[in-house]
Amino acid sequence: MIELLGVDGKVRGASPMSLDKVVEALRLMLLSRAIDDRLIKLQRMGRVGVYGPVHGQEAAVIGSAMALDPQRDWIVPASREHPAMLRHGLPLKNMFATYMGNFDAAAIPDGVRLLPRQQSIGAQLPHAAGLAWALKLRRAGGVVAVYFGEGASSEGDFHEASNLAGVMRVPLVMLLINNHYAISTPVHRQTAAAELAARAEGYGFPGFVVDGNDLLAVYATTVDAVNRAIDGGGPTLIECRTYRMGFHNTSDNPKEYRDRAEVDEAEQRDPIERVRRFAIREGIWSAEQEAAALDEIRSAIETAQRQVEELPRPGAAAIFEHVYETLPPRLQQQRAEALDDARPS
Amino acid sequence: MSNEPELSILEAIRGALIQEMDRDERVMVLGMDVGQLGGVFRVTRGLLEKFGPERVVDTPLAEGAIVGASLGLAIGGMVPVAEVQFLGFTHQAFHQIGPQLARYRFRSRGRFSAQVTIRAPFGGGTRTPEFHPDAIEAQFVQAPGVKIVCPAFPDDAKGLLLEAIRDPDPVLYLEPQRLYRSIRGPVPAGDQTVPFGSSRLVREGKDVVLVAWSAAVHLCLAAADQMAQEGVAASVLDLRTLVPLDVAGLIAAVEKIGKVVVVHEAPVTGGFGAEIVATIQQEAFGSLDAPIRRVAARDTPYPPGSLEDYFLPSVRRIVAATRATVEY
Repeated sequence: MIELLGVDGKVRGASPMSLDKVVEALRLMLLSRAIDDRLIKLQRMGRVGVYGPVHGQEAAVIGSAMALDPQRDWIVPASREHPAMLRHGLPLKNMFATYMGNFDAAAIPDGVRLLPRQQSIGAQLPHAAGLAWALKLRRAGGVVAVYFGEGASSEGDFHEASNLAGVMRVPLVMLLINNHYAISTPVHRQTAAAELAARAEGYGFPGFVVDGNDLLAVYATTVDAVNRAIDGGGPTLIECRTYRMGFHNTSDNPKEYRDRAEVDEAEQRDPIERVRRFAIREGIWSAEQEAAALDEIRSAIETAQRQVEELPRPGAAAIFEHVYETLPPRLQQQRAEALDDARPS
Repeated sequence: MSNEPELSILEAIRGALIQEMDRDERVMVLGMDVGQLGGVFRVTRGLLEKFGPERVVDTPLAEGAIVGASLGLAIGGMVPVAEVQFLGFTHQAFHQIGPQLARYRFRSRGRFSAQVTIRAPFGGGTRTPEFHPDAIEAQFVQAPGVKIVCPAFPDDAKGLLLEAIRDPDPVLYLEPQRLYRSIRGPVPAGDQTVPFGSSRLVREGKDVVLVAWSAAVHLCLAAADQMAQEGVAASVLDLRTLVPLDVAGLIAAVEKIGKVVVVHEAPVTGGFGAEIVATIQQEAFGSLDAPIRRVAARDTPYPPGSLEDYFLPSVRRIVAATRATVEY
């Protein structure tokens, strides 16, 4: 397992990440946790449907995203990577709109190299392989980074996409976020293999296991994979071993299937705390800076939430938009009926 | 008409692919065996030599990845024409067609569209092994966002495929495998597309209208020939596309005549024929002079080829149903 940043905040050798980027990453990690807190609160108030927090996985998600160039590379997310999406150019307002049920306001803006969240486990993997294939055919440069969990690694789509990506040698970085649980199912029920990264060998490309709670190790391994892909070396599978410290989503109660001791132990390896220790040790972070950062974050979240709340709610017409580029006659008729139904009587 | 070349459906499809690949360098063909071999039916024969291995691609044997990667290719600026070797094999890709390809424009609120054509041969009558003939087109009708196209003649095979490849939305283009080489017809040489949602009255008669698509259209034509000897004049309406459905064309054909038989190769219960019947009774109830009969496959699993005649609709069954409808 690749490890660079210890729990004590000490780095093995020189940091692969510039100190400016370390500060950027730490701010994103703090933002991520504040978003978790806010959206869980909004869910409990009935203003958000369901929410799956990033809690515990920040280093894996953000460390990998920091290795990408938003002007050149694409991100194909699963459903728990919104910090990476924000870093790649998704406005915070759009992210809040995603969870607050306003799907038009949640759209990925033009020019932002992101695909939408994927709720069907593993289904985004063939899309990512195809998109990376298109980049190669069009000689566009850049790579596609695709996120998925260890649960998705049991899906046929994972195997089919990995195999195709290997055969076509496409510029794809496969980020397997192994958080040890697919809802209640532990990783040892997903696979009898000791490590998931070893599967890459079967598809003819390299795989690495990295400490997914280690920002610098995830970053360095992803940088290597991006460089290899851009040089024509094809895909890389990176298994980021992390731990889902929170629930699967707000409808889940992990106490029914895992011991508190396990979570307590994971908290000792908190991905944010070790970056904070490192940054303070390097003299680039302080309690005052953190307090100021949290103020900024709170204000940004307030603004995003308010902006979404002030938007008009989508109406009946919205369900007929973007079904096809041009609405066929049958749907035009249904649209007229739906608008009529929705009129206040 | 006389200077138009007579082509088979297979040749018409190949010609349309070549024409589109010449016209637009983003168009590419991918699937199992489509390159070196030219496809199991040889539809894509010669394309690899003409357009090279970047645009004519033999893929691994994985239908889900072929369709899913096609969506990614489209997002990345290509125009993929994916071949799934047989429609019955799309079961392995269903989740990538219905919930992914068909919904991507909707889910992304128009940011991304999926200009993808999936070609798939289907239909019985050629004694193929299990899964190869399955007519599962109705399953895709319940996946809003995808269009479903099913030509029965060489000119439509070309015109509808040109339209499919150029359509900004995903299209499932179903090829009648029993007709690939068995019928020939004039095919316009140029750029003439056939718009989706336009049915075609391929035979006119005053006594009854037979409604069908794909290979079943030819069963209806044969039945109509036979009925003519009994003095019954049957119309045959080829729907050409199921989604979008030409409701206006269907109703116009029915209202003139008042008697209808619907024919398809899929099992009768829940087949697209049920949708046709429901649409007619709602839109043209007053003009009906007889109950609408359906002639379709039996509600059994697809049997071995040696038994498929017991399963599939036949000219004989269509004639019997037509006679009963006319005499009602």
